[in-house]
Amino acid sequence: MSEMNLTLKIWRQKNAADKGKMVDYKVNSISEHMSFLEMMDVLNEQLINSGDDPVAFDHDCREGICGSCSMFINGEAHGPVKGTTTCQLHMRSFKDGDTIYIEPFRANAFPVIKDLVVNRSSFDRIQQSGGFISVNTSGNTQDANATAIPKHDADLAMDAAACIGCGACVATCKNSSAMLFVGAKISQYALLPQGQVEAKDRAQNMVAQMDAEGFGNCTNTGACEVECPKGISISNIARMNREYLSGSLK
Amino acid sequence: MSSKKQGLSSIGKKVIMALTGFFLMFFLLQHLSINLLSVFNADSFNEVSHFMGTNPLVQWVLQPVLIFSVVFHFVWGMKLEYENNQARNVKYAKYNGGANASWMSRNMIISGLAVLAFLALHFYDFWIPEINTKYVIGDTSGLIEGTENFRYHEELVHKFAHQPWRVFLYVLSFVMLSLHLLHGFQSSFQSVGFNHTKYTPVIKMLGNIFAIAIPLGFIFIAIYHYNVHPH
Repeated sequence: MSEMNLTLKIWRQKNAADKGKMVDYKVNSISEHMSFLEMMDVLNEQLINSGDDPVAFDHDCREGICGSCSMFINGEAHGPVKGTTTCQLHMRSFKDGDTIYIEPFRANAFPVIKDLVVNRSSFDRIQQSGGFISVNTSGNTQDANATAIPKHDADLAMDAAACIGCGACVATCKNSSAMLFVGAKISQYALLPQGQVEAKDRAQNMVAQMDAEGFGNCTNTGACEVECPKGISISNIARMNREYLSGSLK
Repeated sequence: MSSKKQGLSSIGKKVIMALTGFFLMFFLLQHLSINLLSVFNADSFNEVSHFMGTNPLVQWVLQPVLIFSVVFHFVWGMKLEYENNQARNVKYAKYNGGANASWMSRNMIISGLAVLAFLALHFYDFWIPEINTKYVIGDTSGLIEGTENFRYHEELVHKFAHQPWRVFLYVLSFVMLSLHLLHGFQSSFQSVGFNHTKYTPVIKMLGNIFAIAIPLGFIFIAIYHYNVHPH
């Protein structure tokens, strides 16, 4: 088992008001089998043992499905491996002696709370503005097969619904645009008959909220779909554009 | 639109960029087609130039739409660049943009400003003298003074023949235009909501052909007139 010694350049910021700065740390004897977050755990144990403040970072399931972990690693959201969240990134992707830059997901709409933890509640507010369907859930549930849905549409809706809302699209976009996230959230309903009831207003309201949160404008660089850990396609952004334009004509 | 109060929405802006972009690409195709005539047949080039320069529909409908498109496209392009820059106040210490997007897509402002600077030169070379002759001096005959010959081909040749700096600047500008189109063509379709499993790859391929062939055509014309005419 090969072990590595690393230099970490980590963004440290006490709180939202603090200016923050990059700080250098050394970690030694890191196993290549560790996940990136386990490596961060090692660093934090080291910091706690020496009486320092551990680095705050978001994490929850550590299985790549919750969307909690973030981190901008060596200039890329969730690090250098495509289709992967930070928790599923392993230290074998790095080599002994490497210097690793670790920064929070940056966008004005994602303000830093502390160190690498950012406030992504702007996504929640976009979701609340239209990312739902109004159905009665009080016990008289309709049979799942009563509404026929073409397999192709169901698959595309499922692909869009795979978005875990981690914000990598925003973090990686040179414009800090949230259009991949919003495109996915709009698409998963636009493709299904259940989503048609609110379709007229959904794209209008969600785009208005997205703009109000201060995200940038999409310029179709396609960086978001490359960095998305769930492989959400920018065809969802095109669908959002269609939904928005047709909604504005209704 | 629901966001009318705050001006155009982010999607409204990208649609405007796309629609003006479509018109400008159509204009490039038209401009190149006419210019190519200058290589093959000076008389046809003169006739078509005179038609374009004096036809009321071209002069008072298409030309204003063109000017509007150019101005809108670059003003909004710069406005978008500024807004997008403002959306991330604290920049990354390390940002690996090349890992996930092409240079062309990330630097539309650079290629765009280069094309805009070229437009200033191009207006100085052709458009301003043309407008001056027709609408200030009031000579709409299209003839070289004191002759029965059209002036258009002569003017074009005069600008390029043995003018290495001008030819160099034109060639450089068309390379920048090519870089701009390599992203812009396919991006316009995405912006108006056109994305299709089968047809998007076709659009991307057509976009690459367009982005290379059109500037190459203009480069060919500039170099041709630089070389061919002995003076």
